[in-house]
Amino acid sequence: MADIYLDNNATTKVDPAVVDVMIPYFLEQYGNPSSIHKFADGVARGLKQARQQVQALIGCEHDSEIIFTSCGTESNSTAILSAVKAQPNKKEIITTTVEHPAILSVCDYLEKEGYTIHRMPVDKAGRLNLESYKRLLSDQVAIVSVMWANNETGTIFPVAEMAEMANAAGVMFHTDAVQAVGKIPMMLQDTKIDMLSLSGHKLHAPKGIGVLYLRRGTRYRPLLRGGHQERGRRAGTENSASIVGLGKACELALEFIEYENTKVKAMRDRLEQGITEQIGHCFVTGDMYNRLPNTTDIAFEYIEGESILMLLNKAGIAASSGSACTSGSLEPSHVMRAMDIPYTAAHGTIRFSFSRYNTMAEVDKVIEVMPGIVATLRKLSPYWDGNGPVADPEKAFAPTYA
Amino acid sequence: MWDYSDKVKEHFFNPKNAGAVVDANATGEVGSISCGDALRLTLKVDDNSEIILEAGFQTFGCGSAIASSSVLTEIIKGMTLDQALKVTNQDIADQLEGLPPEKMHCSVMGREALQAAIANYRGEEWKDDHEEGALICKCFAIDAVMIEEMVWANKLRTVEDVTNFTKAGGGCAACHEDIEAILEKVLAEKGEKFDPSAESVSKPAEKIAAVKAPLTNLQRIKKIEQVLESLRPSLMADGGDVELVEVIGNTAYVNMTGACNGCQMAAMTIAGIQQRLMEVMGEFIKVVPASEMKKLVNIEVA
Repeated sequence: MADIYLDNNATTKVDPAVVDVMIPYFLEQYGNPSSIHKFADGVARGLKQARQQVQALIGCEHDSEIIFTSCGTESNSTAILSAVKAQPNKKEIITTTVEHPAILSVCDYLEKEGYTIHRMPVDKAGRLNLESYKRLLSDQVAIVSVMWANNETGTIFPVAEMAEMANAAGVMFHTDAVQAVGKIPMMLQDTKIDMLSLSGHKLHAPKGIGVLYLRRGTRYRPLLRGGHQERGRRAGTENSASIVGLGKACELALEFIEYENTKVKAMRDRLEQGITEQIGHCFVTGDMYNRLPNTTDIAFEYIEGESILMLLNKAGIAASSGSACTSGSLEPSHVMRAMDIPYTAAHGTIRFSFSRYNTMAEVDKVIEVMPGIVATLRKLSPYWDGNGPVADPEKAFAPTYA
Repeated sequence: MWDYSDKVKEHFFNPKNAGAVVDANATGEVGSISCGDALRLTLKVDDNSEIILEAGFQTFGCGSAIASSSVLTEIIKGMTLDQALKVTNQDIADQLEGLPPEKMHCSVMGREALQAAIANYRGEEWKDDHEEGALICKCFAIDAVMIEEMVWANKLRTVEDVTNFTKAGGGCAACHEDIEAILEKVLAEKGEKFDPSAESVSKPAEKIAAVKAPLTNLQRIKKIEQVLESLRPSLMADGGDVELVEVIGNTAYVNMTGACNGCQMAAMTIAGIQQRLMEVMGEFIKVVPASEMKKLVNIEVA
């Protein structure tokens, strides 16, 4: 069997149909869309069509609310920095402890500049408390930034409801939706979401293209100033081939959104069931009943994630982990810590994330090899003894901190 | 994924001496479960000769932690305890044909487990003597705790000071913002303010005044020799050395010898030397491994 790719929350394969629509923009219509000659005359039309394709997927009212950027990170930085620039008197930001670093690092930076950052905690299933959120909203808050779906666990936050609450309090609302767009049906015009970030490479478009949705009338300050591109809201020559590719990818995502929530979900559910039934001392993290259809994050207790990934990789299976070692940091994933997952499990979390390119046969293959991998590593673990964990693991093995 | 050597992969996929030694008479347990690496080393030591007859490991950790544990047991089997105490983390890393800088702590953990096990056998209490912080300088594997301690101990004030005392920041320079943040924090604790243009506290011997007038080739070679001489002690501290082979225009061809030869860090080190040369000489200098010279000659002949 060919290698199995189950790391689609990290990035996805570019759909061949997307590649096809992009190629003419490298070889024929390579003119600068601002130019007046035949090498450019189709480009503006291509960009317009792409804008409408994105508009259709996220359900916003106007295509001019779509600003093309270079990636999700740029969209996130633009949104938050715009909100604080446009409202210099408001010195507070509300976000969550489980956001992507693309949000958290910007907030950390602003904190050093004197901003008060409210990082809302989550419970053991990764859920927010909306009562405490309500208490944080005030006229001092420049922006609320809450992810639509978590990249590690797939847990979905009630962003539509939270945007309503922010709006009622007169506070701007941004959502990092890079994991959600294309997997969850959305109709932004019916919400009070002011800004939304999406990323092309999470939905079978190429890397290096993103979008900031900016509701008409939202106060805005550009991050990049220069030419008139994107109506002066994001200067820099348009990445026309990638924009056109993203448009096509959005059209396909809309077409496949039902498939995503039925067939892809069925593959995820089967994998999850197969693994948790066969392997003891493992559990699914996050909110089981309110998740992206393509994501499962399973904690294998008493073993470490990078080791699991290396053995999976040897078996031709690609996934990812929340362990410290995979990122070279000293702590396991901040998402696992926020959910209070014990260290002995947090380091052993493996995320399997699917796309429409996966098959049930692949699922069966993973279910077949996973028990052997876990058993191999548990045999090496000081927390494991024969067929189960040692009695009182935390006491039986208490290493000197080194 | 990390760029692991074949040796690391070999020891990870087929670990040697996994599991606890059945009738062990020495046990060492070190690591930190919050960091995700912990190791129990069990030894069977011959009471008369103090020779390590058997060694076994149980490790919770990543690929390089398991590989380091496995290779450690191979290294120490057959050694006397006194010989084993001389095993360094560099020995472990060398046996594995190098580890990525972020993973050097795995080899440190191996050495510490060994020391702890030997202390346990001898009825002594083993104390860990270092604390590990977040990795700041990836070129030279220097962590935050180390930098903080040096800033305190030596009253360092600038990034340049930190580089002179710890090597941190002397390579690609990407960590200078992080080093500034540490300086800001520590200086604030001391009631001082970080000033990026502050005078260096140290005037290290290697600091040679930048020359403004263009150099003749002879002057340039002499200067380069001087700078390399001043860098030599820190290279030799890591078991390596550098040799100047040729200077053509603004390009200096060097041989990395000793531990530097074939080391994964060699490229970083060369970048660091180049940086230093440019700072001191005040002109653009390119440092290239002497092995690249052959290609150049071929091009010229062709």
